[in-house]
Amino acid sequence: MATLTLNQIRKTFGKTEVIHGVDIDVRDGEFIVIVGPSGCGKSTLLRMVAGLETVTSGEILIDDRRVNEEEPMDRDIAMVFQNYALYPHMTVFDNMAYGLKIAKTPKSEIEDRVATAAKMLQLEPYLARKPRELSGGQRQRVAMGRAIVRKPSLFLFDEPLSNLDAKLRVQMRLEIKDLQKQLGITSLYVTHDQVEAMTLADRMIVMNGGVADQIGAPLEVYENPATEFVAGFIGSPATNFLPARLFSPRDARIKTIGIRPEHATLTTAGSGRLPAKIVFTEALGAETLLHLRLDTGESFTIRQDGTAPVPTEGTACGIDWPDSRELDFDEAGKRL
Amino acid sequence: MTARDALAAETAPVNSARIPAEGMVEKRGIGLWFTHAGLILGVIVIFFPIWLAFVASTVSQPEIVRPPMPLLPGDQFLENYTKALFSGVNAPVAWMLFNSLVMALGISLGKIVISLLSAFAIVYFRFPGRKLFFWLIFLTLMLPVEVRIVPTYEVIASFGMLNSYSGLIFPLIASATATFLFRQFFMTVPDELAEAARVDGARPMRFFWDILLPMSRTNMAALFVILFIYGWNQYLWPLLITTDPSMNTIVMGLKQMFPSGDDIADWPVIMATSILAMIPPVIVVISMQKLFIRGLVDSEK
Repeated sequence: MATLTLNQIRKTFGKTEVIHGVDIDVRDGEFIVIVGPSGCGKSTLLRMVAGLETVTSGEILIDDRRVNEEEPMDRDIAMVFQNYALYPHMTVFDNMAYGLKIAKTPKSEIEDRVATAAKMLQLEPYLARKPRELSGGQRQRVAMGRAIVRKPSLFLFDEPLSNLDAKLRVQMRLEIKDLQKQLGITSLYVTHDQVEAMTLADRMIVMNGGVADQIGAPLEVYENPATEFVAGFIGSPATNFLPARLFSPRDARIKTIGIRPEHATLTTAGSGRLPAKIVFTEALGAETLLHLRLDTGESFTIRQDGTAPVPTEGTACGIDWPDSRELDFDEAGKRL
Repeated sequence: MTARDALAAETAPVNSARIPAEGMVEKRGIGLWFTHAGLILGVIVIFFPIWLAFVASTVSQPEIVRPPMPLLPGDQFLENYTKALFSGVNAPVAWMLFNSLVMALGISLGKIVISLLSAFAIVYFRFPGRKLFFWLIFLTLMLPVEVRIVPTYEVIASFGMLNSYSGLIFPLIASATATFLFRQFFMTVPDELAEAARVDGARPMRFFWDILLPMSRTNMAALFVILFIYGWNQYLWPLLITTDPSMNTIVMGLKQMFPSGDDIADWPVIMATSILAMIPPVIVVISMQKLFIRGLVDSEK
């Protein structure tokens, strides 16, 4: 168990800087999810913490100890990889025990720890099998087991669920969360899936182009996005963005206005803030998505309850929303 | 595409072609007989000279010289083979077999060890001149032993390694082909595996020993078969550097048994020697057949 501090971390590949100074303070036992689109530098950041990439500038502190120059094995971390990275010729037991064997842990203790982890992960019947004889979910569990047995002070997850099918992903997500709670080990988890981020994180970091746009609890990030990018990235369907010139803005600095689909309501033609036309509707059961086109050409999505009547496609209508739900952004995309 | 993939691609159609063939009724009847007849005929044609050599090794000298040559084994089997093994013509064949075995094992194991290590260096370490070294190794693929045989001889002679096992083995021990093959294989091993090992605390050589080596097991077996036969069949190089009959290898020794000038050849003994010379490579191929084919076709990842 440990705290993790990143201090103005930068990373340069050749001449291009991919991470432009990231600061994070992770408390002991916290589950932090780094989320962002591909190429935003989230995996690079994780790999720097792991010690698999060098740090160009800045400091990484684990329990207030500078680890920039340390080898991964000396940092007291464990990592779960995207493609599991299990040793194909070793049995499940050997895969999990490998790190301990290298650390010259006594044999009886290795057996103890592997048995405990296997029990926790329901892997007991498979200890003698090779990875290729396991299903995707089981392999994922072995990769987790390999991390658990080392009793690290920091868990690192690099998109661990992206190779599983949708159903298994939900199940493993719950298991990971549960496991982390039980063990109380500080965790850093990288994903591009915002649902994973929202459900797993104590706090999440939304990264965009090598910068941490916002750090905060999932709901706080959802309710109060700090930038236009965060508002667009978190939440599905995505936030509607409208240029401020369509209204008479309250503030001259406002350039874009964001409204979440569930905060807007459909009104009859001629009323509401903006006139629009319904292009098509998606009735999903619990909710209905209405895709509209404003008379000025912008598209707009409204999410309404599944029990509400579904309007006919092609009819004219209006859009309204409460002032309090309006997200105002300036020229640079910063929230006002 | 790696060499293994290429081979796998070549063998794959054979497997898939078999499935529709089984479903075809015509193939069951006469076609099957023809196929077998063809195969048997082929085997007879190929096997006949070896049979003749075997027959010749079991009869006496006068019987060979008098036409027509016998087609069934005679009664001199034990005499001829005992004579070949323990006295031979220039040196006892048992001794030459041992020399050949040392040379073939030395060459094949040495080649595998060296090429594994150099492929490991080339694939997993970033050092200055990495590309250059790889291409230098690759370039030597294009030069057969015969091209560099004079300078090599000079070097070996000045090291005083004539008539020695080290002289037989060392000049042939570097292998561009094997290095290339292992390089291609290592490049298909996911980077994550090396990283996982690093996080687990394995230093580079530990990773090599614990993970890369076991994963290349089938490749090593396939190479061993090929390289063992390559080493066993060396002719020109042993001929050059061994003058002492006790250092003769079997393949060159066989040639030296042939009569020169007015000598009378002891053909039964020579034939017994050639049969004996064939046995070790055959044993290696048969005993490693399974691993060999898996090494060429399978990928364990």
